[in-house]
Amino acid sequence: MQAEQLKIPALCVVALIGASGSGKSTFARRVFKPTEVLSSDFFRGLVSDDENDQSCTKDAFDALYYVANKRLDAGKLVVIDATNVQKKAREKLLQTAGEQNCHAVAIVLDLPEELCQTRNKLRPDRNYPAHVVRSHVRELKRSLKHLRHEGFRYVYVLNSQEDADSAELVRTPLWSDKRDEAGPFDIIGDVHGCYDELCELLGRMGYSVDRDGCAAVPPGKRKAVFLGDLCDRGPENVKTLRLAMNMVEAKTALCVPGNHEVKLLRKLKGAEVSPTHGFDVNVRQMESEPPEFADRVKIFLDGLVSHYILDGGNLVVAHAGLKEKLHGRASGKVRSFCLYGETTGETDEFGLPVRFNWAEEYRGRPKVVYGHTPSMKVQTANNTHCIDTGCVFGGKLTALRYPENELVQVSAGREYYAPSKPLQGETDDRGDMLDINDVLGKLYISTRFHRGISIQEENSAAALEIMSRFSADPRWLIYLPPTMSPCEASGMEDYLEHPLEAMNYYRKRGAGAVVCEEKHMGSRAVIVLCRDDGAAKSRFGVEDGSIGLIYTRTGRHFFDAANSGKEAEILRRLCAVLEATGFWKEFGTDWVCLDAELMPWSAKAGHLLAEQYAPVGRAGLGGLGRAVSVLGQAAGIRGQEWAAGENASGQNVDLAEILGIYEQRRESVGLYVDAYRRYCWPVESVDDYRIAPFHVLATENRVWSECGHLTHLEAIERYMTGIDPIFMATEHISADLSSDAGAKEAVDWWSALTESGGEGMVVKPLDFIHRFDGGLIQPAVKCRGREYLRIIYGPEYTRPDHLKRLKKRSLAKKSRLALSEFSLGMESLERFVKRDPLYRVHECVFAVLAMESEPVDPRL
Amino acid sequence: MLLTITHTGANATDLGYLLHKNPHRPQAFELSFGKAYVFYPEKGENRCTAALLLDIDPIDLARGKAGSKNGLFDYVNDRPYVCSSFMSTAISRVYGTAMSGRCEQRPDLAGSAIELSATVAMLPCRKDASMLERVFSPLGYSVEFASGELDGLYPEWGASPYVDLTLSGTVRLKDLLLHLYVLIPVFDRQKHYWVGEDEIEKLLCHGKGWLEGHPEREFIVRGYFNRRKQYLARLALERLDDGEGGARDEMGKSGEEETDRQPSLNKRRLEAVVAALKDNGAASVIDMGCGEGNLLRLLLKERSFAKVAGTDLSLSALERAGRRIRLDRLPETLKNRVTVFQSSLTYRDGRFSGYDAAACVEVIEHIDRNRLPAFERVLFGCAKPRVIVLTTPNVEYNENYEFLGEGLLRHGDHRFEWTRGQFREWGDRTAQKHGYSVSYSDIGDADGERGAPTQMGVFVLCKQSS
Repeated sequence: MQAEQLKIPALCVVALIGASGSGKSTFARRVFKPTEVLSSDFFRGLVSDDENDQSCTKDAFDALYYVANKRLDAGKLVVIDATNVQKKAREKLLQTAGEQNCHAVAIVLDLPEELCQTRNKLRPDRNYPAHVVRSHVRELKRSLKHLRHEGFRYVYVLNSQEDADSAELVRTPLWSDKRDEAGPFDIIGDVHGCYDELCELLGRMGYSVDRDGCAAVPPGKRKAVFLGDLCDRGPENVKTLRLAMNMVEAKTALCVPGNHEVKLLRKLKGAEVSPTHGFDVNVRQMESEPPEFADRVKIFLDGLVSHYILDGGNLVVAHAGLKEKLHGRASGKVRSFCLYGETTGETDEFGLPVRFNWAEEYRGRPKVVYGHTPSMKVQTANNTHCIDTGCVFGGKLTALRYPENELVQVSAGREYYAPSKPLQGETDDRGDMLDINDVLGKLYISTRFHRGISIQEENSAAALEIMSRFSADPRWLIYLPPTMSPCEASGMEDYLEHPLEAMNYYRKRGAGAVVCEEKHMGSRAVIVLCRDDGAAKSRFGVEDGSIGLIYTRTGRHFFDAANSGKEAEILRRLCAVLEATGFWKEFGTDWVCLDAELMPWSAKAGHLLAEQYAPVGRAGLGGLGRAVSVLGQAAGIRGQEWAAGENASGQNVDLAEILGIYEQRRESVGLYVDAYRRYCWPVESVDDYRIAPFHVLATENRVWSECGHLTHLEAIERYMTGIDPIFMATEHISADLSSDAGAKEAVDWWSALTESGGEGMVVKPLDFIHRFDGGLIQPAVKCRGREYLRIIYGPEYTRPDHLKRLKKRSLAKKSRLALSEFSLGMESLERFVKRDPLYRVHECVFAVLAMESEPVDPRL
Repeated sequence: MLLTITHTGANATDLGYLLHKNPHRPQAFELSFGKAYVFYPEKGENRCTAALLLDIDPIDLARGKAGSKNGLFDYVNDRPYVCSSFMSTAISRVYGTAMSGRCEQRPDLAGSAIELSATVAMLPCRKDASMLERVFSPLGYSVEFASGELDGLYPEWGASPYVDLTLSGTVRLKDLLLHLYVLIPVFDRQKHYWVGEDEIEKLLCHGKGWLEGHPEREFIVRGYFNRRKQYLARLALERLDDGEGGARDEMGKSGEEETDRQPSLNKRRLEAVVAALKDNGAASVIDMGCGEGNLLRLLLKERSFAKVAGTDLSLSALERAGRRIRLDRLPETLKNRVTVFQSSLTYRDGRFSGYDAAACVEVIEHIDRNRLPAFERVLFGCAKPRVIVLTTPNVEYNENYEFLGEGLLRHGDHRFEWTRGQFREWGDRTAQKHGYSVSYSDIGDADGERGAPTQMGVFVLCKQSS
């Protein structure tokens, strides 16, 4: 005898039904994965240490269903291994399957009672009284014929041990699962009988269309996907249906049903259907066709599947869209969502139900393309696209080509049907609302250049406060710059940082040459600039008339509200430069994101200077000055030097020596004051600023990370500097690391730079993204000048006993943060450029801010 | 970092006996934070000066001593150069015996008032230098101080926050040291050590006999404890009053409330909000931007609000709110009524839903204008409670605050303040867009032309036609 095949959906809830001793667990072990089987005995053991303790049954099942729901949430099949012989016990199981929108399957082990009794007796750990088993069997027999009615989609009964041993389990994908079909697809919005427009649309996409024969052959391997609502309202329902059916039968198209198809099907099946919304016309057209046509349509519509999952799970199509939780599920609720969407229970001013905006909350990875809700323009939100552009109402018929993500549109010949409310036009609700769940709690972000990055809950909580209180509009924040690690402390006696260490870092990591760039002593500024406010609106969704912004490394507006005029002027002037040099044209873009340094330091750090740096200088010069004069006075007096007596508590000191030390200290503070003063100059107008861009981070369709640093600097010199004096180039040299001469040249360059007051330099590998030994390495390492470091480590850090201690510093955490933040920054740009939804860009930017709340030595 | 004490008079070098420091022997003392030197730049018959000079190790300060968890300060720090609580500690360590008034060799001298002067180099005195006079004069000193520009090259940065202070008078050395010990940190306002309740004892002990009756007693006590420890200042003042009673000014009010002159404005505002919520039959309320829980506490007292939530951006404010309403000690039934969580009003948040009403008290003026649309969508579009009670300052009223310079807002973090017209325009537009009706009212005493200090809008969701 052939072994029975037990066909079950790939995702479902399986109930094993059988008396104690019927061999359920043994059967389950043979056909299911151990992790799929949730046994009530096991959970009894978990909650009570005793698998046979019936008194804890309730708690055991609570725990069992908790786990079951977690698995089902994750799309994993669940087998419930309990006797399940009572209707009551099965109710919970069916309810769970229903709530999870998947089918329930019953596999019944209907074995002779004697067998069960014998087995139970043989098990030393189990002492079920015979009457219990007997009643199990009785209840099972009673249940058998009701199982389908109770709601089990599939019921398999195994009557003997041989059947149980030989039955084969076959997992079948759901009808909606067409992951194997990778396209390319041409997804077509609601046609509503607009046959002429449909033919034109297909023609434009290269299909060869036979208008009269209602057939179309796609070019190459393309496939059309109809999003439903083929009929009603429009002029030529029959032809439209015929074409769709022909194509689906020829396997050159897929089709999901719309609500209008369902209505038609009900009519064809003989139900009374109200002749509204253009249904009457449709019915009349149908009736003029031969009866075979109606039968064909009936069969076609009856076979339509609510939604499809395509291209390895990257694309989902459904008439009214589908929220993530319901992808690949099967239930009445799923079908209803696909056909009608969800409503909020409210009605709008036109008396129509208010639709629940599922797309605004959509956070799934697959792209969802749908129709159903007509509007003037394709509505895009969070990787969902509503492409019903109301052709039948005089709008357009739209196709979205996948994976190209291109739109093809044909305007309607006329308004075939008057809409019951005006089509939704431009709205300010762009569906890009950020949700607290996008950022709060523990975050995990995968990045393409580096590994996945985890953000701890406390860091995201801290970042939320900063982001909400101080940061610019998140739509502008497409990038935050990473922190940068200094080089290792120098072995040279007089230096804390020295270029040799920075170059060694890269030499050891396979870089043959590096670029040394002057480190401007200003404040880090990111500039996002659009060619005009139109570009700001279309690319960034910002509609307040601004063309961009300048923001700090924590995402704050560089210029506060009172100085926003200065910001606007700088942006205008940069825009003029880019216009004049042909940047926009040659880069094929109407926006750009730049990494830059904005000077003077005092412009942004004015508060810090007045509150911290200058007072320290003042206090130092004042305090040490007085100390020196008093010490000098005392040292000048010749007095008898007493030997320490017995009562003396202190140690003798040599005043001349102390005086020497304090004189040196005062000199150090003087050098410190000189150091901070170099970076301060008064700013009266925009002309007093200096802005030095050093990375062209991204333009339309491109993140410039595959271009090396020299290319960046050349592009900046060529397109941005030399015209308007506020935009300046960055001095740099490249150093060949293979020769000592190359390194020496860089050291000399650095010495000259820092001795004339420069802050220092940044050493970068030639490539923007440099890997060594399979891993990403620091994108840049800074090496600061000896005098400049007084501002960081204090006026007197050069005292030998100070320097010795300061050299003991750990860069590990700083370097780790720098790498993670760098990869997050690149990731956010990549996502923005690829037009990912706002929340996907924002989470990376937010993560950088969160990492910055991690305590790390601020001097590094 | 430097304190000099000068004694003028016959046998001036007796100062050495009083200080227990030999004028002929420069000495060094190891202290926990570095070194102290004592030496005599003058030791004439009629005039003798002792110098106490500190050498504070800035690296230990910034990094913490080897083995300790972390440091206190930045490397770029004025602490090594100024007179601060480090100096007080040094006084008690190095001149401890003198401060206790003991002197076996010259007991009479120690017990009598003599000609003394002290110079405190680089005393931080950020606010009001006139307080130097008001604090030291009543103690019998003539007061001189010199300041200067912060940085001569940048006059726009203003005056130096440090003074060289010289006090002279006929006092006992013991008293001079006690005064310096207590009062240097009062002007500096930072302490380098953890301040606990025992600091009260220390203050009362060292202030005995001169602090109780000092006219600037409150300034001194408040300054002695830093901003975070004002509750200790309150306790200390109560102890000083010693049953005299008399309620003192409330301390620890927020900056804005202090500018509100009308001390009960905040209270009246909260009462108005609660009344508006009750009038509109709110069954449950979420306080958006609950801060430290002032409104939350009132809401919990009203039994008609079956469910109350407080949410704020600031975790530290929420922590204080939790303490204020004693979240961890509430009885079970009350605890089930209240929820407190962190959120942001510019992110959609499912936790905002499910409340009949939302209160948004003095919050929107803290949101950047260009973020207001997001706020509107989160509150009016997504959370969509039936009732929204929203208050914000009326900027027209600011003219009544004399100390608010022209064009200044009431709080440093206010991004804008609206006129009544601007508030109404925003309110009407927002209500219309999201299907609310709105009514406005004043909170606080209205001034004919300028209106009331606070304005309130009550938004009620229009009934859905179903």
